[in-house]
Amino acid sequence: MLGKGVLKGMHVTIKRLVATYVEDLKYFPRMASQEALEYRQRADTRGLKTIEYPEQKVEMFEGYRMLPFLVYDEDPENPRCTACGMCARVCPPQCIWIERDKTPEGKNLRRPRHFTIDATMCMSCGLCAEFCPFDAIKMDNNYEIGAYKRDKLVFHKDRLLRPVEYYAKIHPTEHAIKEEEKREKAEAKRKAAEAKAKKAG
Amino acid sequence: MATVREKPAVETAKEEMSPLAARLKEKCDGAVTADSPNGILLAADRLVDVATYLRETPDLSYDHLANVTSVDYPDYFEVVYHLSSTKNGGNPVVLKVRTDKADPVVPSLTPTWPGADLQEREVWDLMGIRFEGHPNHKRIALWEGFEGHPLRKDWHEPYYEADQKPFSSRWPEGRHVQVEDRTPFNHNVQYPPGWDPDEWEPVDEMADFVQRTQARLGKDGDGLKTQRVVVNMGPQHPSTHGVFRMKLMLEGETIVGLEPVFGYMHRCHEKIGERNLWVQNIPFCGRLDYISTISNAFPYVLAVEELLEVTPPERARYLRVMMAELSRILNHFVAIGFLFNDLGAYFTPVLYCLEEREFILDLFEMASGSRMMCNYYRFGGVTRDVPPDFMPRLEYLVRERLPRAIDEIDYFLSENEIFCSRSVGVGILPPETAIRCSTTGPVLRGSGIAYDLRRADPYSIYDRFKFDVITEPGCDVYARYLVRLREMRESVKILEQAIEQIEEGPIQEGKKLWQQKVPAGEAYGRAESPKGELGFYIVSDGGANAYRYHIRSPCLLNLTPLEEMCLGHKVADVVVILGNIDIVLGEVDR
Repeated sequence: MLGKGVLKGMHVTIKRLVATYVEDLKYFPRMASQEALEYRQRADTRGLKTIEYPEQKVEMFEGYRMLPFLVYDEDPENPRCTACGMCARVCPPQCIWIERDKTPEGKNLRRPRHFTIDATMCMSCGLCAEFCPFDAIKMDNNYEIGAYKRDKLVFHKDRLLRPVEYYAKIHPTEHAIKEEEKREKAEAKRKAAEAKAKKAG
Repeated sequence: MATVREKPAVETAKEEMSPLAARLKEKCDGAVTADSPNGILLAADRLVDVATYLRETPDLSYDHLANVTSVDYPDYFEVVYHLSSTKNGGNPVVLKVRTDKADPVVPSLTPTWPGADLQEREVWDLMGIRFEGHPNHKRIALWEGFEGHPLRKDWHEPYYEADQKPFSSRWPEGRHVQVEDRTPFNHNVQYPPGWDPDEWEPVDEMADFVQRTQARLGKDGDGLKTQRVVVNMGPQHPSTHGVFRMKLMLEGETIVGLEPVFGYMHRCHEKIGERNLWVQNIPFCGRLDYISTISNAFPYVLAVEELLEVTPPERARYLRVMMAELSRILNHFVAIGFLFNDLGAYFTPVLYCLEEREFILDLFEMASGSRMMCNYYRFGGVTRDVPPDFMPRLEYLVRERLPRAIDEIDYFLSENEIFCSRSVGVGILPPETAIRCSTTGPVLRGSGIAYDLRRADPYSIYDRFKFDVITEPGCDVYARYLVRLREMRESVKILEQAIEQIEEGPIQEGKKLWQQKVPAGEAYGRAESPKGELGFYIVSDGGANAYRYHIRSPCLLNLTPLEEMCLGHKVADVVVILGNIDIVLGEVDR
């Protein structure tokens, strides 16, 4: 029958339309509530997946990466970064600039004086965080970085430094694993030192 | 001039020749000059004979010219041809021709092998090797009048900083400077010495097309007094899927001539790739085909692993295949959805498709950290293992949601009378032409040729899965639509098997190195990307950067028969045929 295919298509669209409303009715009258939002993101939802950004925001997955930031433990003057330059060298678009800090006598210090990331060039690949030997550079999950001026997107050290608590908040699993590794290492070191002391004693 | 730190390619001429080279030596007198594991070196003037012999001999039947590229060695240029067989499958045979640096000329394969057309133009454009006998010997990505050939090692762009990354200006004395501040006019432009703007005259780039088409067609009209009209379509046109442009010659509303114009998104990916460290190329691969991004790096890591001689651990291999198949489903959903946009069924089908895409992108984000620019594959493994809630989610998608969605799309669209009348018999691509024009992927399988690299030349672990190679005999837009639809079902099948077979384990072989040194040699890694054969031809000189890094783009080569498919149809059908080839300009132009 001519037109059967078109009618079948119409059937699908009508079904979708009705399903969307039925799904929404489950959360009537608070269709924009947090529960409704979470339900919509689940793979077994039959309704719409869309949400009303920017009023509503989806929580990012833990591994989500946007731009890099620098981690400091206690003192922002003493970040974890040792200015070894690994991130600057591995960066594919070469968007990281590091100037090593020096004493007035010209001796190299293990910290950066300037640390600049050009966010207009950064391709969010995460290689810097992946290859950093000191866990000093990590990927942020803040995606709202739009700016009116281009120079606002050149991030310097003051803009990049974040406390370790922030890192623990956005990447809890990864942070826990790293902390565990660190603890084990320290433990092993302590044991080795003890054994050495015993031997010497 | 770039210095070559070591001898670039393995040149140890072996005592014994490969059987094929020996046979060629016997049959084509004086054609083979040398043979190595990297390929058979031919005398330039016998190239066409040898290629024809390889194609016409029944038991060889290397009928598919997979790849044409060139390498700039210090003493000579080398043009490299990869030929594969759609009947027998297996590894491609590699032919090489050398030419001197002063006046590089090689005979063209285009008259006998239309698939070489765009690739030879690309070699001419970027490497500056002329092809004698090419019917349309023009630049492809850059404009006529461009000074120099960028892929030559002695060519430098205005923003040139150093031959290889990492740049020394970044560390340890790195102070930020905007890159354009270092060039005289704050632009990425350079002028040839002695160039005078007053004497410059723009090239009428339509004239050439008009002249060629008129010459082919003869005088205006047939019987009725009609005048031919030249229409420029694109590059800013919503239906060309990006910045793609076509020159059309119309008679009334019927297409009588068509020429695609490329290069509006050309960024010389290959030059960038030769500057990069090996690992730095992986994130750049995601920028090629920006619809199905995650699997673009698959052939690249395969090629590099071939040189490194590493095999990734089992779990990593399964994860790779799973990601590749998910991206195939994603890509075909998008392709089908946007085909309907092109047909004028605005946004209802495409949004149904994009919704499923969202769920797959969520999985990519969970696994790799990014929705589109995933950067997931590594040499000898993958970046990270999937989080614990990934597998249940994937399983639900694969077993419940995706099959249901595919069935729904099938029920929704496949029998639609309007769609059928617009697509059946439109854009006919006969099987012989499809092979000759080097098309791959759904375009080739839509012409009834069962050629799928996952079967023909199995890579990674595809030999472990049961799936069918989908073909449709229709050769038209509808057949290619059906191939995509049915291929999604096969991908779901592969995913189901992968979920059953995958086991816990390590995901990285050896240590990840930021400055990975790759042993000197050549490799051609290829994989069946959703669009077709995506190949990476890499040459290493033993250093931390690629000496040559070439991408065989399925999208570009699938456009070779575009004119033939469109002739005799209306302008509105051109949009449908183009949309049905499923191109992504990030990969066409590179």
